[in-house]
Amino acid sequence: MNKDVSIKVCMGTGGIAAGGGEVMAAFDRALTQRGIQASVEKHCSVHQVGCRGFCARDVLVDVIVDGAKATYEYIKPDMVEKIVSEHIVSGTPVAEWLVKDGYDDFHNKQVKVLLADCGELDPEDINAYINRKGYEATRKVLTTMTPRETIDEVKASGLRGRGGAGFPTGVKWESATKVDEPIKYIICNADEGDPGAFMDRAIIEGNPHALIEGMIIGAFAIGSHKGYVYIRAEYPLAVDRLRKAIVDAKAAGYLGENILGTGFDFDIKINLGAGAFVCGESTALMRSIEGRRGMPRPTPPRSTEKGLYDKPTVLNNVETLANVPYIIRNGAAWFAAYGTEKSKGTKVVALTGKIKNPGLIEIPMGVPLRQIVYDIGGGIEGGKRLKAVQSGGPSGGCIPVELIDTPVDFESLAKVGSIMGSGGMVVLDETDCMVNVAKYFLKFTESESCGKCIPCRIGTKRLLEILTRITEGKGREGDIELLESLSYDVMASSLCGLGQSAPNPIMSTIRYYRDEYEAHIYEKRCPAGVCKDLLSYSIVEEFCKGCTACSRVCPAGAIIGEKKKPHKIIQDMCIKCGACFETCKFKSIRKG
Amino acid sequence: MEDKLTAILTRYRENEGNLISIMQDIEHEFGYLREDAINWVSEQLDVPASKFYGIATFYAQFHLKPKGKNVITACCGTACHVKGSERLINSLVKELNIPDGDDTSEDLKYTVEKVNCVGACSIAPVIIVNKAVHGKVTPDKLMKEIKTLKEGPKKEYTDYI
Repeated sequence: MNKDVSIKVCMGTGGIAAGGGEVMAAFDRALTQRGIQASVEKHCSVHQVGCRGFCARDVLVDVIVDGAKATYEYIKPDMVEKIVSEHIVSGTPVAEWLVKDGYDDFHNKQVKVLLADCGELDPEDINAYINRKGYEATRKVLTTMTPRETIDEVKASGLRGRGGAGFPTGVKWESATKVDEPIKYIICNADEGDPGAFMDRAIIEGNPHALIEGMIIGAFAIGSHKGYVYIRAEYPLAVDRLRKAIVDAKAAGYLGENILGTGFDFDIKINLGAGAFVCGESTALMRSIEGRRGMPRPTPPRSTEKGLYDKPTVLNNVETLANVPYIIRNGAAWFAAYGTEKSKGTKVVALTGKIKNPGLIEIPMGVPLRQIVYDIGGGIEGGKRLKAVQSGGPSGGCIPVELIDTPVDFESLAKVGSIMGSGGMVVLDETDCMVNVAKYFLKFTESESCGKCIPCRIGTKRLLEILTRITEGKGREGDIELLESLSYDVMASSLCGLGQSAPNPIMSTIRYYRDEYEAHIYEKRCPAGVCKDLLSYSIVEEFCKGCTACSRVCPAGAIIGEKKKPHKIIQDMCIKCGACFETCKFKSIRKG
Repeated sequence: MEDKLTAILTRYRENEGNLISIMQDIEHEFGYLREDAINWVSEQLDVPASKFYGIATFYAQFHLKPKGKNVITACCGTACHVKGSERLINSLVKELNIPDGDDTSEDLKYTVEKVNCVGACSIAPVIIVNKAVHGKVTPDKLMKEIKTLKEGPKKEYTDYI
């Protein structure tokens, strides 16, 4: 038996959480045990690969026998033995564990450029990247192009910053070259702070060398010899993989002194973020790299003139930089062929929330939201109705179901009152309260406000107070108007992007869901049944079978009743946790 | 203590570090920012201790008080929020007797930490128990995990992370 066998186990954060490490070990064991068939073992390898985007079905395993690939889903270590004996040894894939139902749709309806390599190559092996044309772009730029030509190529591609603001990358690079100063810096912003976003984590975990390559090319274009990656400490796996990638790139001669013998020097240092959302703002991030409190400063001067240590500095986001080697390798025209007139290329989106297939996806700019939610995401989970899609994190807004055909690009999302942001999309269904969603984001921005400027520090606090009293049933007449006018003031007068965009979640939910605010304030009612203080639970006697399930889960001991007889909730003791509601199999608990 | 701090300072000088990286190392070494450690470093570097305090209170990662033996991190990201993380946190705080306004139990056994987003949104809600990431957590699953934590030996997951 002389088979060429390769096994790929998903080892992103999602894969590891689902037990990817144990699955890999089980494959190792099962394959070594059959060491008698030495020829199998010789061609056999168990690779780890980065995130393939579909974490909801982890652990995902590819088994490739003589070039024929089969993918298994929800794999646990105890299933490995059967896969090895039936599939690898006997040649019959284990049909019942193969991926099914929507897996192909999830992948086939995407356009993968950046993610094409994530989930295919071993992120801890530089040769795996080189074998897929890795570092060709670096070679091309350093040996055949001038900095000017490099910038022109990036400008021609139409690449815009993927961190949120969408500033044209080539233009940013160009402005840094206009400053006459021998020391310049390039920084990669990997402080992915938006809750509900994990594009950058997945790219670094799955394809760290693409980021390094992008930084080398950017550094060459602007004439920088030192780069920083400012990465969140909450991403331990990404940090480790990036560290290893930098060491390997140095050993292979792509980083350090005299890169590829061209005389160009460039080195990258990793700085760990210490947990402050405001450090995603460029001037605050630079203060943090300098070891200070991460507070923003007024601009101008722009960072490209006076940035880190007062030197000209270019700051790009992970996804932006990771796109660069692909643009150089395939040409600006190839990149610009994807997307819309003003938003070129593809965008990686973290699709999460109440959706059947949550995960990391990549789509050309301009694809309608409907296609993302239904064709790729598989629709809403649990047969519920779609209510809205929240995009752009705490700086973004909600796109209501009526506008589900909105194309996903910078301009179109701004038009409907949201933003692209870094690409997080949280799908909300009919059981989500929009006032509560706005309150959630304000709680976030209020606690993350650095406190330097008053509109943001005090404004977000007052906004949160008003939202809180509305959700507690203490809303007053005029609160909606007060929220609107205060939001306007905070947006107009805050120092940095955090404050300027903090009221967005309020503005967009009032715009589309004013009736929900009104129901909270005037009727003291939460239509979605989320806000605790406006809720009460009761048992519908005719449906209750007296199974005692609810009284057993009730943490407050508020449910009484004899076995096989209808139960009752003592309202004074009920803490409204909803445990009974979720436990009851007979739908006899009423919420409202 | 001084040996450990000297090593941290040497590393800092070699790698052109900054105050934040020194403090991250101290936090890593001792589990929190010990006042005597900060005072010692402040004297060595001739940087006022107030500057360290300013940084420590700015960033969420730093702790001025010791952490519990077991650290349970609850993700409060958007996806986790809409999938019920708030309830999980409430039950954690109650079950582990974490005092109001604090994050560590009085016997220093448990710390319940809230973080903004761990970036594992597709398996929301996420709870990290001593570095092991648990996805799609339900109140039931969480209580089982807490029970093993209270009774059994501490599991070692650090192999992967």
